[in-house]
Amino acid sequence: MEIKILGPGCAKCYQVEKLVKEALAETGTDAAVEHVTDFKKIASYGVFGTPSVVVDGKVKSVGKIPKKEEIKTWIGK
Amino acid sequence: MKEWTKLALIVAAFLAAYFIPWDHPVIRQSGLESFMMLQEYAREHVLTCLIPAFFIAGAIAVFVSQASVLKYFGAAANKILSYSVASVSGTVLAVCSCTVLPLFAGIYTRGAGIGPATAFLYSGPAINVLAIVLTAKVLGWKLGLARAVGAVVFSVIAGLLMAFIYRKDDANRTAGAIYMPDENDKSRALWQDALYMLTMVLILVFAAWAKPVPREGGLWAAIFTIKWYVTVALLIALAIMLMTWFKKEELVNWLDATWGFMKQIFPLLFAGVLVAGFLLGRPGHEALIPERFIAALVGGNSVWANLFASVSGALMYFATLTEVPILQGLIGSGMGQGPALSLLLAGPALSLPSMITLAGIMGVRKTVVYCIIVVVLSTVTGMAYGWLVR
Repeated sequence: MEIKILGPGCAKCYQVEKLVKEALAETGTDAAVEHVTDFKKIASYGVFGTPSVVVDGKVKSVGKIPKKEEIKTWIGK
Repeated sequence: MKEWTKLALIVAAFLAAYFIPWDHPVIRQSGLESFMMLQEYAREHVLTCLIPAFFIAGAIAVFVSQASVLKYFGAAANKILSYSVASVSGTVLAVCSCTVLPLFAGIYTRGAGIGPATAFLYSGPAINVLAIVLTAKVLGWKLGLARAVGAVVFSVIAGLLMAFIYRKDDANRTAGAIYMPDENDKSRALWQDALYMLTMVLILVFAAWAKPVPREGGLWAAIFTIKWYVTVALLIALAIMLMTWFKKEELVNWLDATWGFMKQIFPLLFAGVLVAGFLLGRPGHEALIPERFIAALVGGNSVWANLFASVSGALMYFATLTEVPILQGLIGSGMGQGPALSLLLAGPALSLPSMITLAGIMGVRKTVVYCIIVVVLSTVTGMAYGWLVR
């Protein structure tokens, strides 16, 4: 699995990264986490707001800090 | 931070401590000024102006639905609507400058195109709640209003110009899916949210109500004598609203957002006030930079003064809100009202770092054209304002 966190390096973005990593550790899931800070790349996903989370190429959340439970459902399968 | 940068910083601090002639009268005076200015902010502006404004900014970030605004930036959105929304949406969307650039990139590449994107980029930083409130409080309501109105009007012009110059490019943009932030489910009616926001704005207005000038009587003075009663009454009304209309989780989110802004902005403003005080001093007090330099460069309302103000504003980086103490120092040292507005318009909208990021998003040529448009428009607006208030 491949998880991308889109965010230009704001505090909220790091919070999301931390949550994602915690969710992965708690569920014992193996995934490559990447923090995308390049604006061009962020824009190429079509997201109107950061931080955003992309799981396997699919945009899961935009412009907010998702709850850990939510993240677990995205990585569940 | 890399280890080398840390070492460089420590060495720089050491050299400054070693070589700066701290007991030279000018340096002493500047150091004193910088703390006097800090005290002025702490006494005059923090409790009655900044704290309420932070709560309002937090409320906007949490309770105003971004999706309802962002839908006007989609590729299929009505053009007139997207320009008008872009020019005013900074109040809702751009409380933090770090949200402006990603949103700009989104609108530019996938959404309504280069015109509305630039309109948003130009007006966003100038019309967020914190910026307007602090500008009006510290620099006077005329300059605050001129800043807001100038930013809104000229953002549309800048956007239309960019869209016209690059009308061919715009047709070739790649279409694709757009993802907006989710609509959060609401438990309140719109009027309840509106009343809640209005109460907070009124608290801000009354708490910050300025002492009337002696000869100015009537309503202004009458309101001043009762301002604390009104403020307390409004605070009680707000408390009742919070207890009856809001869920606990929502209140926690609101406090969280407010605290987030405070954490982010207060340290920068603290440093900004100290630096502005050290270099420029309070109005009427000389500090490190002699007043005649300032007056010679940006005094009066000449084309040159306005142009210089907008070019240097465009290159300089202002952390959120620090433009206000810096301008206060400059105006106190003899900067004209026109150049002050030029700097307020060009300054927060552009900086050398943001130019580099912009060039990465839309290419060097477009960025250069945009910068020229910003500088020219800011200069013209500044001159017109300087001429009006003369």
